[in-house]
Amino acid sequence: MGYFEGFRVTFEQLFRPRVTIQYPEEKRPKALRFHGRHVLNKYEDGMEKCIGCELCAGVCPARCIHVRGLDNPPDAPVSPGERYGFVYEINYLRCIHCDLCVEACPTEAITESKLFEFSFSNRQDAIYTKDELLVADDGQPKHLPWEDWREGEDLHTSAWVRATAPNGDADYEGRVAWSAELGYGVRPPEAGQLGDDDAGAPIDDITVEQVAEGGHH
Amino acid sequence: MAKTVDLIAETAEPSQEMQPRSLTSGVEALREEGAVLRIPNLPEGVDELPTEDETMIINMGPQHPSTHGVLRLMLELDGETVLRSKPIIGYLHTGMEKTGEDLTYLQGTTNTTRMDYLAPLFNELVFSLAAEKLLDVEIPERATWIRMLMTELNRISSHFTFLATNGMDLGASTMMIFGFREREALLAFFEKCSGLRMNHNYIRVGGVAADLPDGWRDDVLFLLDDLPERLIDYDTLFTGQTIWQERSQGVGVLTADEAIALGVTGPILRATGVPWDLRRTMPYLFYDQVDFDVVVGTYGDTFDRYAIRVNEIRESIRIVRQILERLPKGDYRVQDKKVTPPPRARIDESMEALIHHFKLFTEGLKVPEGEVYVPIESPRGELGCYMVSDGTAKPYRMHIRGPSFVNLQALPHLMHGGLVADAVAVISSCDPVLGEVDR
Ligand code: SF4
Ligand code: SF4
Repeated sequence: MGYFEGFRVTFEQLFRPRVTIQYPEEKRPKALRFHGRHVLNKYEDGMEKCIGCELCAGVCPARCIHVRGLDNPPDAPVSPGERYGFVYEINYLRCIHCDLCVEACPTEAITESKLFEFSFSNRQDAIYTKDELLVADDGQPKHLPWEDWREGEDLHTSAWVRATAPNGDADYEGRVAWSAELGYGVRPPEAGQLGDDDAGAPIDDITVEQVAEGGHH
Repeated sequence: MAKTVDLIAETAEPSQEMQPRSLTSGVEALREEGAVLRIPNLPEGVDELPTEDETMIINMGPQHPSTHGVLRLMLELDGETVLRSKPIIGYLHTGMEKTGEDLTYLQGTTNTTRMDYLAPLFNELVFSLAAEKLLDVEIPERATWIRMLMTELNRISSHFTFLATNGMDLGASTMMIFGFREREALLAFFEKCSGLRMNHNYIRVGGVAADLPDGWRDDVLFLLDDLPERLIDYDTLFTGQTIWQERSQGVGVLTADEAIALGVTGPILRATGVPWDLRRTMPYLFYDQVDFDVVVGTYGDTFDRYAIRVNEIRESIRIVRQILERLPKGDYRVQDKKVTPPPRARIDESMEALIHHFKLFTEGLKVPEGEVYVPIESPRGELGCYMVSDGTAKPYRMHIRGPSFVNLQALPHLMHGGLVADAVAVISSCDPVLGEVDR
């Protein structure tokens, strides 16, 4: 009996939804909090958020960030603070995408996008400089030729900041505690525990059900 | 004095080698019959000990699909029968314990999480529990329940990976696809919570990094409804399947006494009938408040080790259901200025908060002097963290007792007298994760 029951299970698979997808033509949607390659953000007036404080470099467990701050030129300041990030480099051969730098940054200057599919042909290219990390004039991450960006992946660049901003204090959940971003304005907070009772899923995060069914939706 | 030196010289077989019989002497030679445990009589099916020219020493691995990572086995074979065997490890050694001494307690979890990469949340948990014991802080209830929720789901995903690889090693490729399919859904949940599929750095000293994401309850409920249904397929295809039973029953048998003598823990120990599960025997988190059964086996063979994991998935699902009911609202990180950075909004409001933020992210949190050992039940057995603090922001010593490492020493014993083909089944049923063995 055992053998034939087994065949039944196999046969039934024909009528179940297909769970595999045709990568890389087709891609699974990414979670809101997903950690990808970094971006350096700007304020809505176009000023850079980074103040060159080097907190991110100090906390990085992989020691892959190199920052040097410089005093803002009085006639043409780069950031609203006293100083700005003059050199900013991240070595992607070392980065483990833990996002401690994002948590440490006091101005939300460094956050992570959803992009992780990029490759280099030499070690030098793996070091992203400020040019590559800084968002473009419309606030969008730069789409570099060797990166595989898909639609919508540049939208939620600061999701992990929003997730960790209350730092465990329930009273601070759902409170906006971050500055506006060029091109996106002030991002809405997560509902957190306030949304615990109402069952509705948020705007455009993935659901496990969607993934279990192969991400076709 | 001289005699002691002799003995040492006699037993010193190079650790990365297995010598032919003529060169093996003393204690080492005794092992030809029973690996680590010495059994006085000949294994069944072997009439008399073969002479050297009848046996062959071969290497299995380090690059072998069934060795689960880079494990190398030296096997002495008499035809198809395994006589002596020696697991050779260290290929994945990256000095993570030493690295741990150079990272602050805040950064530490990014490192430990990479040890047992199939159960990263357990590594984070054991590290955090050890540091918290030294800090002597009270973790908020919500944080503890979230930790239980996440680690139980992680236990499920780890066991599904076991089912996948165990099936593949025994030629049931359906099981591999099934196992990874189920795991994928669980990883999607972890990704949604922590932003990463594995190596999450989600459980931190003092609580958890972020609250559960919006819509998490629906996701967990979906998993709780979906997984038990899928487990029925596993039972039909494998547990109740004659082919599977014949392939795995009676293979690689370990008795309870042997298992205890070898220091084996986790499903391998429970398969021998010993109800030793740290969640029950030495409860941590809130395991004393939830209702679950410790699954034990009878025969201690490959089949029992498989069946235990399938049923542990069911028990974990039961625990998760209870967590869903009990999860309270409230803080999810200890609100101690010296341990947890201030909420983002406080940085703009208060100079003091800003200073704490800077201090925590540059110097890290200081942990009082002392030493602790904290054990938890990982999917593979007793995962322990021994931590010594000298009062600075970095551990003076951080040692991990990896269950895979200890369980590995049962291998020569389990494989002894069996066939080479069974060796594959045995390795796989021990579910070693080499990242944790070598660290
Ligand atoms: S994500 Fe982690 S590893 Fe990468 S740059 Fe930031 S702190 Fe360093
Ligand atoms: S990115 Fe943030 S933490 Fe890093 S130097 Fe700039 S302001 Fe400081």
